[in-house]
Amino acid sequence: MSKFNKKKDAALPAVNTASLPDIVFMLLFFFMTVTVMKDSTLKVENVLPNATEIKKLEKKDRVIYIYVGKPTREYEKTYGTESKIQLNDKFADASEVGDYILMERAKKPQELQNVLTTALKVDKEANMGIISDIKQELRKVNALKVNYTTYEGDAFRNLQ
Amino acid sequence: MPKRGAPPEVNAGSMADIAFLLLIFFLVTTTIETDAGLDRMLPPIEPPDTDVIIKQKNIFQVNLNRDGQLLADDELTNIKDLRAKAIAFLDNGGAPSGSADYCSYCKGKRDVSSSDSPAKAIISLKNDRETKYGTYITVQNELVGAYNDLRNREAQRLFKKDFTDMEAEYLNPETPDNVREELKEKVKRIQDLFPQKLSEAETSSN
Repeated sequence: MSKFNKKKDAALPAVNTASLPDIVFMLLFFFMTVTVMKDSTLKVENVLPNATEIKKLEKKDRVIYIYVGKPTREYEKTYGTESKIQLNDKFADASEVGDYILMERAKKPQELQNVLTTALKVDKEANMGIISDIKQELRKVNALKVNYTTYEGDAFRNLQ
Repeated sequence: MPKRGAPPEVNAGSMADIAFLLLIFFLVTTTIETDAGLDRMLPPIEPPDTDVIIKQKNIFQVNLNRDGQLLADDELTNIKDLRAKAIAFLDNGGAPSGSADYCSYCKGKRDVSSSDSPAKAIISLKNDRETKYGTYITVQNELVGAYNDLRNREAQRLFKKDFTDMEAEYLNPETPDNVREELKEKVKRIQDLFPQKLSEAETSSN
């Protein structure tokens, strides 16, 4: 008889939590591999040219980004296939670059406002005309420090 | 029949420690990818008060047309030869010995019809509105490369170290302050030997 009574007084068994860390690990690894850090969604094609004599852009908080390139497939219908400027998340005209720089500069802390760099991330198929317009605008707002962002690689590959 | 107990519990208490250890390891070792590129300074928009007269022989004119063809000092040049040409121009040191501009460290041909000294030599880059950006970057890269080659040569001679390495170490925020102070002087000295005078004229539109 005692055989059947035994279970009655046993307490509810605890849920085994030994596999919990594994689940957490799985999640951790998933996010570790999937996360890409980026600041704004690119709406333009952005294959940078190659260069060898490059310097690293240290200190991200001192950099203002300007993207230039052809609109990607989904924006092609609305914006055409000519190279366009992208500021933050929207397309812009060259004349808006100056205001954008001033606005971004105002957002930065006082002590950094004089040491800002403008990083030009330009598709290698873009024409120099649009770059010249940007450079002219940058000069107007006295943002003279620029960095032509490139990949590291043989510069002569740009010519093909 | 021997009495069987519940299967023995695996001790999972230390799992948390292992997880933390790994987490901290990754936290410390991950670096967020940084961008790199060619640093340039644009000329200020206000013209300087005094007009500086520059001798024609001290200007190295580089013209880049819409098809990516290159005209260096009025000669059609392959972009691959540009670096050598720019180095020859910068390193020329044409001023006669004894004059104020005499360049004692130059190893060039000392051609009187080319640049007087590296401090006087100016490279002027002009491009068309239709020029491809990729081509423009290649030319910029070669010109900056010419300066870097010369600076490396001088840095090797004076400090037995490459200028580009010294500069990268100087700009790296992880370098301790006392090392940076020391490097600052050396970098400045080399930069003064071959000052980067690369002018970007406004583009022609035709």
